[in-house]
Amino acid sequence: MDRTGHTTLAEWEATDAASIDAAVEAFRAELDRGYFAMVSTGPGHAEQVKELPVDADTVILRLPISGG
Amino acid sequence: MAAAPAPLPETSAVHWRPRMDERRLTLYARAWTVTTLAHVVPFCVTAVVLVLIEPWLAPMSALALAQAWIIPELYANRGAKVVRPKQRQDEDAERTALGLLGDLVDHDARDLHARTGLVRERGRLGTWLVGEAGALLVRRRHVHCFCVRVDHPELPSADRISHLLLALRADEEGFATVANQAFAGARWRVRRRMPKPMRPALDSVATRPSVDFD
Repeated sequence: MDRTGHTTLAEWEATDAASIDAAVEAFRAELDRGYFAMVSTGPGHAEQVKELPVDADTVILRLPISGG
Repeated sequence: MAAAPAPLPETSAVHWRPRMDERRLTLYARAWTVTTLAHVVPFCVTAVVLVLIEPWLAPMSALALAQAWIIPELYANRGAKVVRPKQRQDEDAERTALGLLGDLVDHDARDLHARTGLVRERGRLGTWLVGEAGALLVRRRHVHCFCVRVDHPELPSADRISHLLLALRADEEGFATVANQAFAGARWRVRRRMPKPMRPALDSVATRPSVDFD
């Protein structure tokens, strides 16, 4: 999620090693920039992940929150 | 038994705060009630005593009663302010962000967001109404107003809500720990201070089956 609404950083296929490598690289770069990676784990539930879950449909990168 | 969720990483930035839970929320609500009474009762007593001493002091008595009314209203206003909408910037980005937010919530929540700007989310602590820079936690008798945000004002409104929603879903108690509590008080008091278009969001929680909070 960014100022444009959201940007797709990478798309991968579980059977395509090259696309996974590119996705992992993009994933790690965003974590280094301070984003947290989130995966939905059912209605009303989400989980933070530190490695790219290759079998996940979507991984969303969010920014840290703070008290206002 | 389900494993406890991993704590929200942001809680390390407020390590001195005890982790929020049911008991602590109840204590907060009681503390706010006591604070409100501490403001209201002395002014009401003053108003009565003034009139008893000298009936012509009635105008002063009315002023004291006004103070007793206004001070809790100011606190409630501070609370309701956390969900007031901010200025929109880029309409294209808003539409894109709305698409992602829409994917995260169900049809009812999407509809409520379209009408009120708030996303309703059931949690263990109560029902949350998440706005772009804060959230209301609605329990049986009280509304807790939390000021919490993503510190990037250029983000579209729906994106800011999505960030908060994902954090809330990952660790509800951690979310409530990181957020600053601006006010806790009666529903009707908070509702009065909310912008009119947002009030149906609070009403929608009231009309849902009651749960045994607070």
